[in-house]
Amino acid sequence: MRFSREERLMRPISCVIEEVRSEAPLIRTLRLEKKLDPAPGQYVMVWIRGVDEIPMSFSGPDTITVQSVGEATAALFKLGAGSTIGLRGPLGNGFVLRGKRILLIGGGVGAAPLAFLGEMALEAGIEVASLLGYRSEADLIFRDRFEALGETIITTDDGSLGIHGRAAAGLKELNLYDFDQIYLCGPEMMMWDIISRTREHAEKTQACINRYFKCAAGVCGSCCLDPDGIRVCVEGPVIMADRLLDSEFGRYRRGPTGGKGTCRG
Amino acid sequence: MPSLSVNACGLRLSNPILLAAGILGTTGASLCRAARAGAGGVVTKSVGSLPREGHHGPTIVQVEGGLLNAMGLPNPSYKDFQDEIDKARAGGVPVIASIFGSSASEFAQIARSLKADAFELNLSCPHAEKYGSELGRYPDLVESVTGAVKAASNVPIWVKLTPNTADIIELGLAAQRSGADGVVAINTLKAMAIDIETGYPILGNRFGGLSGPAIKPVAVRCVYELASRLEIPVIGVGGISTWEDAVEMIMAGASAVQVGTALQKGYGVFEEITTGLSRYLERKSMTLEELCGLAGRRGS
Repeated sequence: MRFSREERLMRPISCVIEEVRSEAPLIRTLRLEKKLDPAPGQYVMVWIRGVDEIPMSFSGPDTITVQSVGEATAALFKLGAGSTIGLRGPLGNGFVLRGKRILLIGGGVGAAPLAFLGEMALEAGIEVASLLGYRSEADLIFRDRFEALGETIITTDDGSLGIHGRAAAGLKELNLYDFDQIYLCGPEMMMWDIISRTREHAEKTQACINRYFKCAAGVCGSCCLDPDGIRVCVEGPVIMADRLLDSEFGRYRRGPTGGKGTCRG
Repeated sequence: MPSLSVNACGLRLSNPILLAAGILGTTGASLCRAARAGAGGVVTKSVGSLPREGHHGPTIVQVEGGLLNAMGLPNPSYKDFQDEIDKARAGGVPVIASIFGSSASEFAQIARSLKADAFELNLSCPHAEKYGSELGRYPDLVESVTGAVKAASNVPIWVKLTPNTADIIELGLAAQRSGADGVVAINTLKAMAIDIETGYPILGNRFGGLSGPAIKPVAVRCVYELASRLEIPVIGVGGISTWEDAVEMIMAGASAVQVGTALQKGYGVFEEITTGLSRYLERKSMTLEELCGLAGRRGS
C-alpha cells in the first residue's frame, strides 16, 4: 500500500511495530508494518500516543533507528513488538544520489540514514566508501552494513576501535577529490567539524541536519535556519553544506521556546 | 497596474496582504523571507512575558479543509525577542508584534518594553490556559487590556478577536471603545480530532484551533458583521489562500487581509495573491478603496 502526499500529511496513520532490535546500549531499530516508501534522509513524525510526537530518520525502507535521549524516546523504548504508534510521513527532501563514487560520513546514530543510502547506492552501481565516528566500540551500529558496502574507516573518541579521535580524524585517510558526492549525518558539532575542515568540498556535500520540529509542515517556523530562514522540516532535512557554512549551523540552535541555545555534540 | 498601497489600522502598507501571527514568525529571518516574498507586512509569533515550550506533540494535524493546531504559545519571552523583530525589519515592511498576557498589566509591560511598528493583541488563542480567548471572550477584559496597552504605547494597536463567542461584534465594540486602531478577525475556531484506532485525542493538548479553507466562510461573516458596525478598520484573516479569497474578504469589509495556513504551499502565495488582486482591480476598473466593503453597500 502506498500513500499520496495528502495522505502523508493527513491524520497520523496507525502502524504496528513488527520487531525491535537492540543495536547498542541506547539505540534500537524498530521495523514498521506499514510500507511508507521513504527516500534515505527523509523522516517520519512518530506519535507515541499520550506522550509526544517526534521526528525520526529512516535507517532502511521499513525501519527507524532510535537513540534514547528524552521522555518521548524513553516511552518509545517501552513499546515492544506488536505495539502501535502513529506515523506522519515520509516527510522532508531526503538525500539525492549523484555521481559514480560517493563517501558517507556518519557520527553515532547519524549513521542510520547513511547505511540506508549506501545500500541504495550500491544497488544503483555506485561505489561507496564510509567514514564513521563513534564514542567507543560499544556504541558502534551497522558495522556489518557499512563493511558490506565497501571501504570503511572507523574512529572512536576513546580509541577503543579504529582511529583514536573524532570522525574528522579519519579524513587524512581519504582524498576527498576522489568522490563525486559526500553525504554527512551525525551530531551537529561533529558535522560542523567536518564541514568547516572541508570547505572546498561544501558544494558536493549533502548534510542531513537536525532542528527542533513542531509542525513538520513548514508553517510554524520553529525549525527555520538563520540567516536565510530555510524551513528545515520541508526544505531539509538534507541541506547542501555550502548553504550551512555561513549559517547558524554549528554556532547556535533554537530550542522548543524558539530561543537560541548551544549546539550539542 | 492599480496601486495596492493602503493605509490600514494606522500603518502605511505597500500592499494589503500580510503574514498572519503564528506562521513562520519565530525568527527574524523567516519574517524577512515573507516580506521579501511580497507580504505587505508581517506579524510575529505571539510573545509573552516568560519563556514557554508549548504543548507536547502532536501540535498539528491535517484535517478536512485545513489544519488543526495546538502549539501552546511557545515563545522565548519578549525579553529575548527584540533581536528577531529588528532582523525582520530588514525585509522593508512593517513588523507587527503579536503579544499575549494573562492580565492588562502584563500586556502593557510587554508593549512598553518591545519596539515594533504596531502591536497585535492576542486575545483569541483557543488552546492556552489563562491566555488568549480565555480573556478575549469577555468584552470588559478586551476593553481593559486594549486600554492598558494603548496607554503604554504610541504605535497602532490591533486587537485579534476570537470567533469562539456568541457575538463577535460585542468584542469588536469593546476594542473600539478603548482606542484600538483596528481589529483582526478571526483567530482559529476551537476544534478537536480523535484517533479512531485508539480513541486518543490526536493533539497533545486535546483541543486546538482550526485554520484554513474550512473556516473562511466563518471569517467572511465575522468581518462583514464587524465592518458594518465598527468605525475602526477590520483586518480579515481565516482561510485565505487565493486572490479570489482575498477579494471576497475585502468585499466583506477588510482593509487588509492576513494569510497563514496557505503558507503551507510556500512563500509564493504572497505574490500569487497580490498579482491576482491587482489584475482583478484592473479588469474591474476599481480601486482597493472601492472594493472594501462592497458587499455591505449592496444591501440585503
